[in-house]
Amino acid sequence: MSQRIDPDHSRFRQIVRGQIKGNLRKYISSGELIGKKGKDRVTIPMPSIDLPRFKYGSKDQGGVSQGPGDVGDGLGSDPQAGDGEGQAGNQPGQHEMEAEFTLEELARILGEELELPHIEPKGMRTIRAPRDKYNAIRRIGPESLKHFKRTFREALKRQIIMGSYNREQPLIVPRREDRRYRSWKESVVPQTNAVIVYLMDVSGSMGDEQKTMVRIESFWIDTWLRYQYKGIESRYIIHDTKAREVDQDTFYSTKESGGTMISSAYLLTADLIEAEYPSDAWNVYVFHFSDGDNWSREDTQKCFDALKVRLLPRINLFGYGQVKSPYGSGQFLHDLEEAFPHPENLVLSPIEDRNAIMDSIRDFLGKGK
Amino acid sequence: MLPPYLQEMQTQVETVAHAAGLDFFETRFILVDTKTLNEVAAYGGFPSRYPHWRFGMEYDRLAKGSRYGLSKIYELVINNDPCYAYLLEGNNLVDQKMVMAHVMAHNDFFKNNVYFKFTNRKMIDEMANHAVKVQKIIDRVGIESVENFIDICHSMDNLIDPYSLFIARPPATRREFEDLIEEARLAAADAPEAEKKGVRSYMKGFLAGDRKNAAETPGPSIGLRKEPINPTRDVLGFLLNCAPLEDWQRTILEIVREEAYYFAPQAMTKIMNEGWATFWHSRLMTHHLIDASEVIQFAHTTSGVTAQAPGQLNPYKMGVELFRDIEHRWNRGMHGKAWRDCDDYEKKKHWDTGAKEGLQKIFEVRRMFNDVTFIDEFLTPEFLTERLFYTYDYSRSKSEYVISSREFSEIKSRLLFQLTNGGHPIIAVTDSDYVNRGELLLEHRHYGVDLEVPYARSTLENLFTIWKKPVNLVTKVKDLPTLLSFDGSEHSSRELPVSAVGG
Repeated sequence: MSQRIDPDHSRFRQIVRGQIKGNLRKYISSGELIGKKGKDRVTIPMPSIDLPRFKYGSKDQGGVSQGPGDVGDGLGSDPQAGDGEGQAGNQPGQHEMEAEFTLEELARILGEELELPHIEPKGMRTIRAPRDKYNAIRRIGPESLKHFKRTFREALKRQIIMGSYNREQPLIVPRREDRRYRSWKESVVPQTNAVIVYLMDVSGSMGDEQKTMVRIESFWIDTWLRYQYKGIESRYIIHDTKAREVDQDTFYSTKESGGTMISSAYLLTADLIEAEYPSDAWNVYVFHFSDGDNWSREDTQKCFDALKVRLLPRINLFGYGQVKSPYGSGQFLHDLEEAFPHPENLVLSPIEDRNAIMDSIRDFLGKGK
Repeated sequence: MLPPYLQEMQTQVETVAHAAGLDFFETRFILVDTKTLNEVAAYGGFPSRYPHWRFGMEYDRLAKGSRYGLSKIYELVINNDPCYAYLLEGNNLVDQKMVMAHVMAHNDFFKNNVYFKFTNRKMIDEMANHAVKVQKIIDRVGIESVENFIDICHSMDNLIDPYSLFIARPPATRREFEDLIEEARLAAADAPEAEKKGVRSYMKGFLAGDRKNAAETPGPSIGLRKEPINPTRDVLGFLLNCAPLEDWQRTILEIVREEAYYFAPQAMTKIMNEGWATFWHSRLMTHHLIDASEVIQFAHTTSGVTAQAPGQLNPYKMGVELFRDIEHRWNRGMHGKAWRDCDDYEKKKHWDTGAKEGLQKIFEVRRMFNDVTFIDEFLTPEFLTERLFYTYDYSRSKSEYVISSREFSEIKSRLLFQLTNGGHPIIAVTDSDYVNRGELLLEHRHYGVDLEVPYARSTLENLFTIWKKPVNLVTKVKDLPTLLSFDGSEHSSRELPVSAVGG
């Protein structure tokens, strides 16, 4: 049922949306959205949305309450942060405004702000899955699906044609042949399959800040790609001198030390893709985050070979994000640039600090691959 | 409208409420689902109000609260004749009964408390009229300008003088309405009177500028500066009369102001009103309306209503306890000179003059008092001690709120401060020709708590868009008298000599 409040509510959502778009860089670099992520929603704190007024500074004000405790005891909670319910009516609007968004909406906002092109899926357009939708009308059907409006419209049509309709006494009586029923139509939708493989360097030189940056960036990549493909898969691979596949939590929490052999991860990824994601049926995305400090020239050469022969020809996009760390040389990025001067589906993006995450996301996803 | 079993319940509740001495308007209960209840609550209780996103924001908050089971609106009652109240579909019958009893007492309070005397009792119709007016303006000038302007009006809708309600308003009868139209027509024909357009008749003679301007300033009033004769806290009324507004803006500002005045008495009597309603629902329920099988459910719900979280002040709890205390004291004659002068603890403990004036007293209180006078008059040290009242403050060393005092005078003065002017800072227009340049000067009466300066700045910007000339606010920042100004492009702040600010 549509409600009176709907236009006001959607206008409010629109304003919130505008706020998020305007401050997207701040939200992205602070990473606070990720902490607030639920299953398919995020909660976004929006202190700036309410209207200004002359009001007292809240921390100065304190208040009065009832309960046990000695003078000097802490209250244990911030009384001014709670929502307004049950509180004296003399402090309106003290609750912090929070807006809730689905990940899909968030992706749309990201897409609009970064002007990301929609992805043209490859392959699989030949595979179609049939789907039923109740959006048709038939003359026969079960009574439980009778469409009253249509039925009466048909009856009205018939009565007008037959001249039995009387404006003064608009009595409409449907007959059997007027009856209309809801029914379904079968439609085929092209099915696309996609997988994202995240690779991360967990060698000793990747610190917590570097991992946080990776985490923030992959959250947004994930959000966008999930919006573009329904039913996407994610795989996670970490590496130091050896590579192994892990689950998402391990991916973000692992703290390892030791050297770096990037080739190990590339070879494992290649094996994974060849075994499970044939390129004619899958859209494959690989994102690799490292501080760019590879062990040796030979290993770097091995990486290039793997990329050239086994990875790039088979996948949609290979993104290499190099996060700056105090220990890493960052040589790998330069090596890649030299080895692939005109990359077709290879995107290289240096990530200096949190503020650069947004630009890096644009680098990766701006190609519409 | 109500299903028969609820109608029956209403009759039963009304009968006992009436017998108990409550005096109420005819009550119409409406049974709604959660969604509709949230919607109506978002509009401040009115099913039709002008469109604005802030109502949508409120709805968003309420809907979230009920979706996750964090909050639930039990009662929603509108000060109107007939009085409208909403019942939530699916509540159990004990709760419905309790809400009905609660509503009857609110209704009685609306009808009899003196601060509600001049509220418009046809406000549901009036709000709907406002909605139509605003919609027509939107159709003419576009949603965006209207929305922006309403934003501005809302940001200053606490700048009113609640006591000016005692300017009587004419009853909204048809006859009166026609008179108003006729008056407006005459006014339009009469050139010097034209400036009165958009100003309600009841405001005449009370608005700053009215008294001296009609004769000496020919031509339209738009853009004219007028000095307030006396400082006025009715800033909205002053702007309505003196700011260079377009007609449609004037109409909207007038609507916002009128609605702010309508809601003001409710803010002024929150503790009393909820206390009164809780007092009576509890008394009617336990004495008349529930049987043994319903006691647990009733006790459960009531304990929820009067629950007390640390750092919060529950108006239901405080109000009902104070009313009960008053009843108790007047039943046993525990007041007056004899009681005050007695310093024998034992004697005071068993004090009973057999006066039995409690009930009569609380009815008198509900008629004559508002929250501020209520607390000022009836709060006793014993009451605060027994009920464990305390004040709390933010401790910068502990970075949390801590209990700061359990002293009677501390708690009382803090309570009074919070309740004064509904917890809003007191701000008055003191000069509309500041520094001889037609600048607006507002003065914040500083009673020890600073304004939130960033908010104050943004509000000054909003005032500027209405006044169209520089706006200034005298306040104190960290104990120093300060003049905050906004000249249309820049904010400035300047320290003033100490004598400049009245305390």
